[in-house]
Amino acid sequence: MRIAECDIAVIGAGPAGLAAAARAKQCGACRVILMDRDRELGGILNQCIHNGFGLQLLSQELTGPEYAEHFINEARDAGVETMLDTMVLSVAPGGRITAVNRSGGLMRISAKAIILAMGARERNRGAVTIPGMRPAGVFTAGAAQRFVNMEGYMPGKRIVVLGSGDIGLIMARRLTWEGARVEAVLEILPFPSGLTRNIVQCLNDQGIPLYLGHTVVDVHGEERVSGVTVARVDDSLKPIPGTEWDIECDTLLLSVGLIPENELTRDAGGELDPVTGGPVVTDEMETSVPGVFACGNVVHIHDLVDNVTREAWTAGEGAARFVAGRQPAGLTIRTRAGDGIRYVVPHILHLDNLAARDVRLFMRATRPDERVQVEAVVGDQVVFSKFERVVRPAEMIALTIPRGKVSSGVAAFGSETRLIVRVRPRDCDAGPKGGAKA
Amino acid sequence: MQPRRIAADVVVIGAGVVGTGIARELSRYDVRVVLVEKQADVAFGTTKANTALVHAGYDAEPGTWKARLNVRGNALYPKTCADLGVAYKNCGSLVVAATENEAGYLHELKERGERNGVPGLEVIPREQVIELEPHVNPGVVAALWAPTGGITSPWELAIAYAENAVANGVELLLSAPVTGIGVRRGRAFSVRCPGVVMDARFVVNAAGIWADDIERMVGRDDFEITPRRGEYYLFDKRVGHLVSRPLFPVPAELSKGIVVTPTVDGNLIAGPNALLVGDKGDLSTTAVGLAEVLEGARRLVPGLPIRESITNFAGLRAVAAPIGDFIIGPSPGVPNFINAAGIQSPGLTAAPAIAEAVRDILADAGLALAEKPDFNSVRKRPTRFSELGPEEQSALIESDPLWGHIICRCETVPEAEIIEALHRPVSCTTLDGVKFRTRAGAGRCQGGFCGPRVVAIIHRELGISPEKVTKKGGASFILSGRTKDPLLERADECVDEREEVGGRAHCRV
Repeated sequence: MRIAECDIAVIGAGPAGLAAAARAKQCGACRVILMDRDRELGGILNQCIHNGFGLQLLSQELTGPEYAEHFINEARDAGVETMLDTMVLSVAPGGRITAVNRSGGLMRISAKAIILAMGARERNRGAVTIPGMRPAGVFTAGAAQRFVNMEGYMPGKRIVVLGSGDIGLIMARRLTWEGARVEAVLEILPFPSGLTRNIVQCLNDQGIPLYLGHTVVDVHGEERVSGVTVARVDDSLKPIPGTEWDIECDTLLLSVGLIPENELTRDAGGELDPVTGGPVVTDEMETSVPGVFACGNVVHIHDLVDNVTREAWTAGEGAARFVAGRQPAGLTIRTRAGDGIRYVVPHILHLDNLAARDVRLFMRATRPDERVQVEAVVGDQVVFSKFERVVRPAEMIALTIPRGKVSSGVAAFGSETRLIVRVRPRDCDAGPKGGAKA
Repeated sequence: MQPRRIAADVVVIGAGVVGTGIARELSRYDVRVVLVEKQADVAFGTTKANTALVHAGYDAEPGTWKARLNVRGNALYPKTCADLGVAYKNCGSLVVAATENEAGYLHELKERGERNGVPGLEVIPREQVIELEPHVNPGVVAALWAPTGGITSPWELAIAYAENAVANGVELLLSAPVTGIGVRRGRAFSVRCPGVVMDARFVVNAAGIWADDIERMVGRDDFEITPRRGEYYLFDKRVGHLVSRPLFPVPAELSKGIVVTPTVDGNLIAGPNALLVGDKGDLSTTAVGLAEVLEGARRLVPGLPIRESITNFAGLRAVAAPIGDFIIGPSPGVPNFINAAGIQSPGLTAAPAIAEAVRDILADAGLALAEKPDFNSVRKRPTRFSELGPEEQSALIESDPLWGHIICRCETVPEAEIIEALHRPVSCTTLDGVKFRTRAGAGRCQGGFCGPRVVAIIHRELGISPEKVTKKGGASFILSGRTKDPLLERADECVDEREEVGGRAHCRV
């Protein structure tokens, strides 16, 4: 069996892996190997041929492949080594990677640090339990996207999309442009799951109806989908009897969310957050296993690729620091989602980092709201607060805590102290609430 | 066009685990056997959607075919599966009693089992049940331990039977629905499929839920099959450790109840419920049915996490009326037309014994069975990369780099394994066919990642254009055509369409 050694092994060459690998190399790591199971670098970006990538980070509106190209070039220029068509089979708790490909066969790769960047997989029919027949013609939106954009084949001609996630919205427009008829997009929640700009550009501009508070309750057809039955749902998301109607179609596309792909994280012994489905990480993006870092959708599902890249830079820097033995030591404080917030990443912050640099927190709101303050609270003290005109579960909130805002004095509160992030209506009394709800 | 004529001693109708088992049994002898199947592949009916259990045999009424063939079939499993390279695990099984009342019934079951000749049955106390199955409902009172119970892979067995039968000279016709059976003076003499006529000295009806329709073709109407639909949840391998052997509730009237069992591939399966349905094509799952399955499963294993479910499906059992037992034997009045019908549970367990029974019935009816000297009872298990150790894996990749190219990430299936499956003696041309042979697409992402790649491999290896590749034969096409094709097709209607689209509301709540 072949054996390779390196400073840092990065698993997954999508936007997270690319940026993390490049940054780690730029920060002085010696040998950085970037592995991916696909035949090209760039991950899912390669099939995202629509534009809108990089607006925040590169001030350009790029297509997925263009955004990927930017970071592929950066990784190459930095001297990152790549291994494509390579499947990582396992990551042993000690950090030893077993991988396989055609030319190298079965390989052992030992790295001083590992960056997990495996991304996510799509929730499928089984994961959301759609009853009915099991004919051909039920696709996850991403699988359909690959067929259309990469291979040049149509998944069908009359389409119903379940779920208003971004990939589903993008595919509704793509399939319309390719000559298919998208009959409807159904969303079980009372609000859309995708970005507002995608609702506008992909549905409204194409004349595709969006049915909020609706779901598919039956799938028809023995060989190929012949139609679906849809129904309105009540407040507990259960279909309301008597509201059903049938839509004739030959294809059901599912855009019902992504699941962080953490099989290898589990292998490695990393602790997972049941809310995000990804590993518990520090502000260095280090998992609970020393030397194993993670970034991108494997940690939590992002809305914009720009945010993935930012998070990946943090992971790359963290891994490089780990290899150099320059990791922050000392006390940490855990974050916690308070009122109106579903989760906060990272989970653990180093007080040294909070003192020395700006620390960015990513979070999602539990429900749509307008004109709110997003606050970081330690004890009964609001350490930082930011006004948001609109918060929506579909869009990630970034809260950058300026350096020095959390003083090392919080250590005095004890190890049970949490940095709680919560949403507070702006117009009501700003008096202390005596700590936010968990 | 002149239909192709085939002369056969025996035509077996239906290539599920029963029909393939009979064909393989007959392939030991110097007889010409044709096995016909209306679907695109073997094992595409009841065989692909059941609980995959090898029952011990305590359920059936003593003296019935079910009781006899279950116990005999169970005894034949180890050798059958060893010869044919089929997964089989003799893990024993437990009938779990939740109340004292139910515990009393365990003794009844044990006695019945003993009358059926089931070895080793034992009623074990609560502590012992919990020791064997730590995740079982802590309210358990006692359980019936059946050491001969086990699990297998039904489709692996049917595929292996078919491959071994074909290797031993059986002709297999797929996508060959029987359209008629010629009967003259009370004897069946031919079986017709589209484009093929088979002259037959004997006909065996192993047509599963369609067996009554087939029997009507010889002018008989002795039984009626009403499919009983059972729904299932399949769970991720991650929770496969929750149970180590099949757990049954104390049986209900209609069925053996909702079972929680490991599969030979390391998943967990829960089901089935039981609902008689009128439509033989009704393989739908329902919200109500799946809720019933989950509730039943959680009575046995309260910690079963629904979020680890990777798919759900339904299977149809061939329940024959008015006879509750298997219907095995010559059709009254047509002595060379042999039924192997109404094979509901424990049909999978009984399959090897049904094959023997049908063989004996054919011999009694006058089929001369001379053993073939060159019969080969062994069919090698196809190489599964994921089952091998690192040295063997390395050696394979060295022999052919495609062993190092993983197509299905969830189940670690390399390209070489898929190619091999496409070129075996029983042809496999569909996505489901590949899935049942290699497990590509059977994992937690259910083909989301490998589906497009498997379509491309089928295209390359078999020369089937991607638009013609199907999920499971017939018109179950995966794709509808090239991109831009619909634009060309619809060029004429375009103007009207635009107006209509523009008229639709943008956002309906």
